[in-house]
Amino acid sequence: MTTSEIEDVLAKRYEAGFVTDIEQEYAPKGLSEDIVRFISEKKSEPAWMLEWRLKNYRHWLRMKEPRWAAVSYPAIDYQDLHYWAAPKIGSAPKSLDEVDPKLLETYEKLGIPLHEREILAGVQRPEGDPDRPRVAVDAVFDSVSVHTSFKEELGRAGVIFCSFSEAVHEHPELIQKYLGSVVPFSDNFFATLNGAVFSDGSFVYIPKGVRCPMELSTYFRINAAKTGQFERTLIVADEGSYVSYLEGCTAPQRDENQLHAAVVELVALPGAEIKYSTVQNWYPGDEDGRGGIYNFVTKRGVCKERAKISWTQVETGSAVTWKYPSCILEGDDSIGEFYSVALTNHAQQADTGTKMIHLGKRTRSTIVSKGISAGRGQQTYRGGVKIAKGAVGARNHTQCDSLLIGNRCGAHTVPYVEVHEPSAQLEHEATTSRIGEDQLFYCRQRGLSEEDAVGLIVNGFAKQVLQELPMEFAVEAQKLLGVSLEGAVG
Amino acid sequence: MLSIQNLHVEVGGKPILKGLTLELKAGEVHAIMGPNGAGKSTLSYVLAGRDGYEVKAGSITFLGQDLLAMDVSERAAAGLFLGFQYPVAIPGVSNLHFVRAALNAQRKARGEAELSAAELMKLAREKGKLVELPADLMKRAVNDGFSGGEKKRNEIFQMAMLEPKLAVLDETDSGLDIDALRVVASGVNALRSPERAMLVITHYQRLLDHIVPDRVHVLVDGRIVESGDKSLALRLEDEGYEKIRATAAVSGAAS
Ligand SMILES: Nc1ncnc2c1ncn2[C@@H]1O[C@H](COP(=O)(O)OP(=O)(O)O)[C@@H](O)[C@H]1O
Ligand SMILES: [Mg+2]
Repeated sequence: MTTSEIEDVLAKRYEAGFVTDIEQEYAPKGLSEDIVRFISEKKSEPAWMLEWRLKNYRHWLRMKEPRWAAVSYPAIDYQDLHYWAAPKIGSAPKSLDEVDPKLLETYEKLGIPLHEREILAGVQRPEGDPDRPRVAVDAVFDSVSVHTSFKEELGRAGVIFCSFSEAVHEHPELIQKYLGSVVPFSDNFFATLNGAVFSDGSFVYIPKGVRCPMELSTYFRINAAKTGQFERTLIVADEGSYVSYLEGCTAPQRDENQLHAAVVELVALPGAEIKYSTVQNWYPGDEDGRGGIYNFVTKRGVCKERAKISWTQVETGSAVTWKYPSCILEGDDSIGEFYSVALTNHAQQADTGTKMIHLGKRTRSTIVSKGISAGRGQQTYRGGVKIAKGAVGARNHTQCDSLLIGNRCGAHTVPYVEVHEPSAQLEHEATTSRIGEDQLFYCRQRGLSEEDAVGLIVNGFAKQVLQELPMEFAVEAQKLLGVSLEGAVG
Repeated sequence: MLSIQNLHVEVGGKPILKGLTLELKAGEVHAIMGPNGAGKSTLSYVLAGRDGYEVKAGSITFLGQDLLAMDVSERAAAGLFLGFQYPVAIPGVSNLHFVRAALNAQRKARGEAELSAAELMKLAREKGKLVELPADLMKRAVNDGFSGGEKKRNEIFQMAMLEPKLAVLDETDSGLDIDALRVVASGVNALRSPERAMLVITHYQRLLDHIVPDRVHVLVDGRIVESGDKSLALRLEDEGYEKIRATAAVSGAAS
């Protein structure tokens, strides 16, 4: 099979590309102090919340959009967007029966379980294993959270899992204490924009010593056209607690680009552990690069003593991705991990990586990045490891592997290393390989179709990362990698 | 089972097979011997349908079907297996997972039910014994970091799992020490059956001490220049390819 034939088979099928026909309410287009006030009012927010938004907005006006990433896209007209869109659902639904059936149908089609008795589509609960972890889901549709499941059961364990808006009302002391504590309001252009106009997202608090009894997950769906999505997630794991959290995201297939600028803040207090997994499948645009989501995301966590934060991401969607989930290893003996699979096909571009900032003694970090490029996809791994003075005995291991499919795509590695502590130990490994005609022929000779062969090889390449995902999502992610590569081989 | 008529094949514009004719019946084991560069691997790749091997003339019929009209995986599902001279590694994909995916893809293509994980495990244990495949090799990534002998054993293991109608084994003996050779050969012999044909490609006679062929063909410069019973292999061993090559050149010039 020749390279061009290989590329032919990759005509991407995007299964989540449908539009939900539901009546929606929008803010007028454009961004101004009035719009910020409008959003805050829609949510009946307290004065402190509005003030914080305005502080972000005013700062944002003086900021410039960053252009250092190795991605190119036309200028975004920030006045040509809606900053708020919500399905007309009247007052917040109290139970699933009150949720608009069209919304329920949307999540059903996407395989996201909102009913508590259900589990993710395509995943069979093994017989004789009733204790398989269940998944609580917060479903965010455009600017609002439409439903959060398992709230009562979680409540009994003292776990708070609710929409961000609800948390602002119900747990203002926690929000005021931690909002902006990891990603400060002035951090970067997109994060500051988010701070001004963020619509909804999830809030999680795990009390001291509690091991969260189930996986928590938020599912983000962009539906409305010409609308930015700005969600915000805050997770606080109190001393000695544990939580595994997953976010998933999809959007309809539209010809114009859509902006998505999210912020995620994680706080792992002493001895706590947060496992944060992402399966990002925003609409990637068509084969010629028309449409698709601009995904500009700021994710950062802080680890106190002996705490651990582990980011796992499978990034298959979006036209442009700009994303660097990071760990500030502030406490002694804290641990940061980053496991990533990013796939770019057709005209997709991704500039992604992580930053590990070692401040505490004996802090350890692990970075495993697997990049897959096909079609004309361009991908850059941008990773920073910083060891501050006094981070005695800090250690980092970085492994960056790239897999190329065809010869029109590109993979680039940009590691930044800054070491101010002589006792630190750093290791870096990098490889680049190409799916070979010989590998494909070998698989096909054994009876596999071209697509299954590519899927198999790609999943093998990504295995080290996929095995970090909770089992339910690993299955989903594997399928997604296969689907996203459809058309990559011929 | 397999009928190759006057096959001409070019690779990158260069003629490699130049009028090859071969008949193979169910239950038979034929050996193809020949010097390096004669076109033995080329023949195996053409049979399997690899891209870049251009058939310029001739025909191949397999079980009554036009083999050249089928694509690679269709040929596999129809029962054609190629044991590679240089098996390829697939990092991160467990051997067992791979063979299961392959077997189920073939079964699906033939309209047969797929095997469950439990059925597959049972089958794998049984077939693994045939080539004394260590249990850890089944779990390891396909051919990744395998020794030469382990790779060849793994090829025969896959053949045993897939139960093909026709097995083409390309230099399965190369790189094997005598013990490994015996293990591989006994695995192959265990799979001989009245319904199955085998084409055993080798450079050396020694494999044929263990896998005794019904017919031996000598391939030189893209043509079969002599065929005979197993004694031909012994004669080749004594005389070397030089003499046959010389005769072939003369007859080639005359034709
Ligand atoms: N991909 C290729 N491109 C060009 N020539 C090739 C290629 N593959 C094989 N050949 C040539 O074809 C001839 C036969 O090769 P091969 O079938 O591998 O021989 P054997 O297996 O008998 O040693 C050799 O001259 C070899 O150089
Ligand atoms: Mg050869």
